[in-house]
Amino acid sequence: MHELGIVFYIIRDVKKAALENAVEHVSAVVMNIGEVSTVVPELLTDCWRWAADKEPLLKGCVLKVNTIPALTHCDGCGAEYETVRYGKTCPHCNSENTWLLQGREVEIKEIEAT
Amino acid sequence: MDDVKIIEIKKSVFADNDEDADKLRKELKGKGVYLLNLMSSPGAGKTTTLIGTLKRIQDQVRVAVMEADIDSDVDAVKIQKATGIPTIQLHTGGMCHLDAEMTRQGLDNVALADVDLVILENVGNLVCPAEFDTGAVRNAMILSVPEGDDKPLKYPLMFSVCDLVLVNKVDVMPYFDFDLDKCREYVRMRNPKARIIPICAKTGEGLDDFADWLLAEVKSWKQD
Ligand SMILES: Nc1nc2c(ncn2[C@@H]2O[C@H](COP(=O)(O)OP(=O)(O)OP(=O)(O)O)[C@@H](O)[C@H]2O)c(=O)[nH]1
Ligand SMILES: [Mg+2]
Ligand SMILES: [Zn+2]
Repeated sequence: MHELGIVFYIIRDVKKAALENAVEHVSAVVMNIGEVSTVVPELLTDCWRWAADKEPLLKGCVLKVNTIPALTHCDGCGAEYETVRYGKTCPHCNSENTWLLQGREVEIKEIEAT
Repeated sequence: MDDVKIIEIKKSVFADNDEDADKLRKELKGKGVYLLNLMSSPGAGKTTTLIGTLKRIQDQVRVAVMEADIDSDVDAVKIQKATGIPTIQLHTGGMCHLDAEMTRQGLDNVALADVDLVILENVGNLVCPAEFDTGAVRNAMILSVPEGDDKPLKYPLMFSVCDLVLVNKVDVMPYFDFDLDKCREYVRMRNPKARIIPICAKTGEGLDDFADWLLAEVKSWKQD
């Protein structure tokens, strides 16, 4: 499953950051998840609970998800619009010469240590 | 209450894998080994296409195959039996994709000094494998006719990371409303540079073109 794999990457990165910052317990991990990243936040937090509790460093640690809205930029008219609503075609000028500005993020924003 | 210390990280979870993958690619370049990552939905025809293609190229390049499967070794056995080519089975342990580290572990079991080309059959899935760079020189994917011509619209990332799209099972075209021209157009929207080759793995149609593409790729990778 996709989300479980991602959880293992998060755990690896958080462990590394904890070590670098001499942190002994992490109480929360804040994620930025793009709206069109293909990651389902509910599944991610379920997998997180299962995997994180196996790590002493992350026992009880909460995964908080910030959703980043997907925005597309249109090279035809320079406008920005909601990707999920309009897709590839610009609602302002009908151009298909468009590209995703944001919304694919799967990133660790910050961790909270106690 | 304890003080909460906030540590800013701001890092993509794919960043480490991307780095690993670049490193692996450089090492393969040094060894003169070309790695192709072949992806598709389950059942699109990866194994059948491989068998037909391997038979066409095995006298011209030294090949090895790595089969990634969640838990079985059916495909590895099939390929080895049909072609006699050394095939390694990688179990992903329930994971839906391979990353660069798992690919490296697989390659550790291949006699790299004796091969020019390694083909990796990735896990059947259009979402996850696209997110994870395996360290391959090129990504190729198979889209089979029954899946529909709109797949590039629904799985944009997969099509944007692939250098080659094989449209397989063209023999069943009459039974489906698959429009090859539309499919080409949708692929181009995602990736203007992608090469598209219609094939029928069952009859072998188009496999010569795929074989030629592969041989040319391997040659240029080893040269420059
Ligand atoms: N009609 C037709 N059937 C095909 C063609 N290529 C493959 N098949 C059939 O499609 C089925 C799946 O083919 P495989 O080669 O096993 O597909 P795969 O992508 O390796 O499947 P997984 O490894 O399970 O994801 C088999 O029954 C093949 O015989 C084709 O060109 N035409
Ligand atoms: Mg297969
Ligand atoms: Zn526009």
